[in-house]
Amino acid sequence: MSEPILSVKNLDVTFKNGREEVKAVRNVSFDINEGESFALVGESGSGKTTIGRTIIRINPATSGSITFEGKRISGVISKDLDTYVIRNIQMIFQDPMASLNERATIDYIVSEGLYNFNLFKSEEERREKVFRALTEVGLLEEHAERYPHEFSGGQRQRICIARVLAMEPKFIIADEPISALDVSIRAQVLNLLLDLKRERGLSYLFIAHDLTVVRYFADRIAVIHQGELKELAETEELFARPLHPYTRSLLSAVPIPDPDVEKVKKLVVYDPAMHDYSVDKPSWRELFPGHFVQANEREATEYLKMYQA
Amino acid sequence: MEAEKKPILTVRDLVVKFRVRNKELTAIRSVSLDLYEGETLAIVGESGSGKSVLTKTFTGMLENNGRIPSGSIVFDGKELTSIKSDKEWEFIRGSQIATVFQDPMTSLNPLKKIGIQITEVLEKHQKMSFAQAKPIAIELMERVGIKDAGKRFNDYPFQYSGGMRQRIVIAIALACKPKILICDEPTTALDVTIQAQILDLIRALQKEDDFTTIYITHDLGVVANVADRVAVMYAGQILEYGTVREIFYDPRHPYTWALLSSLPTLAKKGQPLYAIPGTPPTLFNEIVGDAFAPRNRYALNIDFEEEPPFYQVSPTHFAKTWLLDEMAPHADPPEAIKMMWQRGAVHRDKATQDKAGATK
Repeated sequence: MSEPILSVKNLDVTFKNGREEVKAVRNVSFDINEGESFALVGESGSGKTTIGRTIIRINPATSGSITFEGKRISGVISKDLDTYVIRNIQMIFQDPMASLNERATIDYIVSEGLYNFNLFKSEEERREKVFRALTEVGLLEEHAERYPHEFSGGQRQRICIARVLAMEPKFIIADEPISALDVSIRAQVLNLLLDLKRERGLSYLFIAHDLTVVRYFADRIAVIHQGELKELAETEELFARPLHPYTRSLLSAVPIPDPDVEKVKKLVVYDPAMHDYSVDKPSWRELFPGHFVQANEREATEYLKMYQA
Repeated sequence: MEAEKKPILTVRDLVVKFRVRNKELTAIRSVSLDLYEGETLAIVGESGSGKSVLTKTFTGMLENNGRIPSGSIVFDGKELTSIKSDKEWEFIRGSQIATVFQDPMTSLNPLKKIGIQITEVLEKHQKMSFAQAKPIAIELMERVGIKDAGKRFNDYPFQYSGGMRQRIVIAIALACKPKILICDEPTTALDVTIQAQILDLIRALQKEDDFTTIYITHDLGVVANVADRVAVMYAGQILEYGTVREIFYDPRHPYTWALLSSLPTLAKKGQPLYAIPGTPPTLFNEIVGDAFAPRNRYALNIDFEEEPPFYQVSPTHFAKTWLLDEMAPHADPPEAIKMMWQRGAVHRDKATQDKAGATK
């Protein structure tokens, strides 16, 4: 297997608020391979967005390390590497209504990164890059002269994607990119992201709470709860053999568009107090090939038993 | 035999217009609807389809620039469109038709104690004293699943999580025992596990109190979970309605097909999702023919010229599409819909088998 493009090791992120400390991310480790779409799934407050923001250096890592293409990008790094990170790791945000400058034309919005990093030699080249990015997301050249308010939510999310593409990044962090969109528009944006992955070999960190979307989109899924990874597996493996009770509660809660299934389903409620970690301490264990879960000795035996029939 | 279903609310040919920047927008374009006592009706549609506007007309909450030029809404024998006084609307909203909105962060007053926000409803609408209202408020808090309700009576909203706040909003809505509860995207702002709990809670309360529920949502998973009947809205009209099984396992309108097909749950991995091309029409202009026609790959020539009538599929299932006309050519629905046919059939077979097994 090839070298991972991004590697997160023992990452801690702690926020200080006066004397209070909030551990938003605790000892999180995972690798993302080149060309892979890796999903981080969890509820609000789980720390999933914080991890994304720490990777692009908006939040500092308290301890642990993040490496990109083998180079450490967390902590103090050189100006050149910082520029390299900004160019090559780009982020798409949740709400396209809030993430575009209302007073700038689409042309400026898409080329802002190009201006900042002098990524063009002539005006002609800049315009060509903008048009290429717009065409790639299914918008027209003529849209460049317009303003964000003239576009619908789905179109605005494409503008956000065009802005990211203009930088020609290798790695994209998509933070709930379709949750704010209407159902009929979501499919367009998801298809676009998948096409780009195929055509450009992009790697994704897809941050989401909706497991049905993640199942369709991601190659591997990590489940995060209160700042800690609880389970990590290939997508279909996770759906076939969910181990951690939190994963099982998430799966049971996702509404499925099938009334006969939905009307008889039983909710699994997760209570972190169910774990007795007083003596037998939990660790990160690989119970099936490539399928990891946080469990102690006793739980690991129980989890394995669930799928031995 | 099922007992004859009694409509509690009847909407006929309702039109709602808004005046925006000196132009008139038609948000509801002739909607008719029956709501039956005790049922849960889900109204599904994208933003701008008119689903929220429609239910706002039931409680007199249209924005000031909105008006109802024609049509009628009859609730409990009373014509709601002719209500003029705020007092009458307050009576309806206070004790007859209550609404739970999407965002529990904004529907509670951040400066008032949780308990007081419930008792003040009882004091105003039921003319109770505070002493009378307090135990009832605490009981309501317990019923919506707030532990130690007595102690938490004096908490402020910021001390509650999003899910708990939505529970309080539900308690306030149910305080005066309404006949109809309108839930306008009640769980969109909540996490999935909390969403599932809130949906279960509303279902349990409905069983205890016997009210009628209208859900407004764009999430077809939620619809499958809660609804007895479903109405699909697009561009200010209802395009199709039927029982929840009819809409999911045997949909007839191409828009319903498109909505279901675009869901990732029904897609095969590695194949592109079905995406509905284009955007909904602007409601500032008069719409000729079927509003969905420009985005509809099954559109017939007539769809661009003449608005289709409702065709009856079953005694409970109606769809407004020319495809159901006997003159229409055969249309082969998308793969995802055929999958839904199968799923429905599988469950149907299972159900009949179970029944056969039970009678033996």
